[in-house]
Amino acid sequence: MNRLDKFRESFLWYSFKRDKVAIASLIVLMVLVLAAIFAPLIAPYNPYDPEMIDIMNSEIPPAWEEEGVAEFLLGTDSQGRDMLSTMIYGMRISIIIGLGAVALQAILGVLIGLFAGYHGGRLDAFFMRAADVQLSFSYLMVAIFMSAILQAVVGVAKFGEIAIPFLVLVIGLSQWPQYARTVRASVLAERKKEYVEAARVAGFTSSRIILDQIFPNTLSPILVLSTIQVANAVMSEAALSFLGLGMPIDRPSLGSLINSGFELIFSGAWWITALPGLLLVILVLSINMLGDFLRDVFNPKLYKG
Amino acid sequence: MIAFMIRRLFQALIVIFIISVIGFAIKQSVGDPVRELTGISVSEEERDEFREKLGLNDPWYVQYGRFFGDAIQGDLGTSFFYKRPATEVILEKAPATLELVLVSSLIILFFSVPLGVFSAIKPDSLFSRALMGSSIVGVSIPVFLTAIMMVYLFSIKLGWLPSFGRGELVMLGGWGTGLLTVDGWLHILMPSIALSSIMLPLFIRLIRSEMMEVLESEYIKYAWAKGLSHRRVWFVHAFKNTLLPVITVGGVQLGVTIAFTILTETVFQWQGLGFMFMEAVERSDAPLLVAYLMFVGIVMVGVNTIVDLIYGLVNPTIRIAGVK
Repeated sequence: MNRLDKFRESFLWYSFKRDKVAIASLIVLMVLVLAAIFAPLIAPYNPYDPEMIDIMNSEIPPAWEEEGVAEFLLGTDSQGRDMLSTMIYGMRISIIIGLGAVALQAILGVLIGLFAGYHGGRLDAFFMRAADVQLSFSYLMVAIFMSAILQAVVGVAKFGEIAIPFLVLVIGLSQWPQYARTVRASVLAERKKEYVEAARVAGFTSSRIILDQIFPNTLSPILVLSTIQVANAVMSEAALSFLGLGMPIDRPSLGSLINSGFELIFSGAWWITALPGLLLVILVLSINMLGDFLRDVFNPKLYKG
Repeated sequence: MIAFMIRRLFQALIVIFIISVIGFAIKQSVGDPVRELTGISVSEEERDEFREKLGLNDPWYVQYGRFFGDAIQGDLGTSFFYKRPATEVILEKAPATLELVLVSSLIILFFSVPLGVFSAIKPDSLFSRALMGSSIVGVSIPVFLTAIMMVYLFSIKLGWLPSFGRGELVMLGGWGTGLLTVDGWLHILMPSIALSSIMLPLFIRLIRSEMMEVLESEYIKYAWAKGLSHRRVWFVHAFKNTLLPVITVGGVQLGVTIAFTILTETVFQWQGLGFMFMEAVERSDAPLLVAYLMFVGIVMVGVNTIVDLIYGLVNPTIRIAGVK
């Protein structure tokens, strides 16, 4: 109860109650995340079950269109899968990959940022140059290259089986510099403060100073960055899948659904592209709005660019 | 300044060296050049002979030395699919991508500067708020989705604009340009708007926040106190210093823009480097992949080095901070 009370008195909760946009974004996001978690219960069909898919049902428009049927509320895709179910399952994959990738890049980037920032010297110079170079290529380019090469090496069929852990790895590895830079910047500011000096005099080991003393003080920029990075990771995953370098079409994410619909858009089947696209935009937008809100509350000097 | 320049150039060379090592590693692991070049109906002995002749049995460092030596002379191997030197294919496709990047940079420049400056000067006006609100929506829509929706609306539904290709081209030497014909402009319109759609909100926000920061500074207060006109304070004194960070971020964002050309070109079947890259991925055309990596790497390193040097020229504190 104590923690909850503390939270109720915090500035974060105070600002949140007064920000209608933030409240709306959080509600939308919660609904989407819950739908993704309970996908098997909510989705009317199971898009992975070949028994439930009938190719004769392919490309049925949404129910409110003239040729639509009530069975498939949002229509069906080119393989006869129910769009609503496929989208919910697709969003589930997008969120899993987004969260996984952010967890990976946060662990990598925070550790590198903490230790490089605290110790300085050659290690620091090396990692920061590496981060500069990688950022100058942009994370999307690095991710596209890594998946393209790996797909060429392991072959498309095998690639499909390992796609989820692989995308987590690719997106995680391509985006660690943002964390490393942000954390390093706050470590450099914290390092000179007296409590760190005191800990050093008390004879704490440097890893204990870094993890126990400095790390908690870098949390608020990390929190803000993480929100934006989840949105970025979801977008990257969608971009990779759209290029055919991500999730295969038999287990589609939102990006691969958009891709599969793109081929059919010239024949008028707009919903296979537009509906997953809309869901993707709503998901990313609600995360970005929350990120904006958190940034305004904590107002840390995030690294520019 | 000279020490700073030399250090930056040295760093650029190291990065290019690392890129070449990565490129070499890719070339070694993707595809079998002997099979690609000879076809299936060649006996095992002939293949071995061919392998020996190509030097594929040499130790890797000898092969890397050869790869690097050739690369410096502009020879990045022969594309498996086009059966032509990869450098030649790259140079043939590059103008399409460069024109796309150029036109979308112009769009970004023409819109972001006035909009960003306006929303910094009048942050509370309705227009500025609407702009900030829509900019966050803008960054949340993926480029390929913008592109597809534009194709659906303007090409399929309304039939106003062509949905793919570059249209009528005029050859200027080796540079096939679409910017000299009306048809070419009609074709480049949608791809360049799509490409700029994600960068534009970012730049508006960047210019706005920089300009607002500058407007708070002491020398601007002094300029107001001196009784200078609004126009002079805003556009001469404040705006000049807003541009500094915009240059650096612009350099970094070029990398992002090139990454997004892959997406845009895929949607519009724009015959540029990004489209070629995706085709090369599908065909496992290793020499072309490596050539693209090297080309993009060199362009990126070049632009970033130049941006850093310009920044060092206009902002001396960077040079001193770099020395330590």
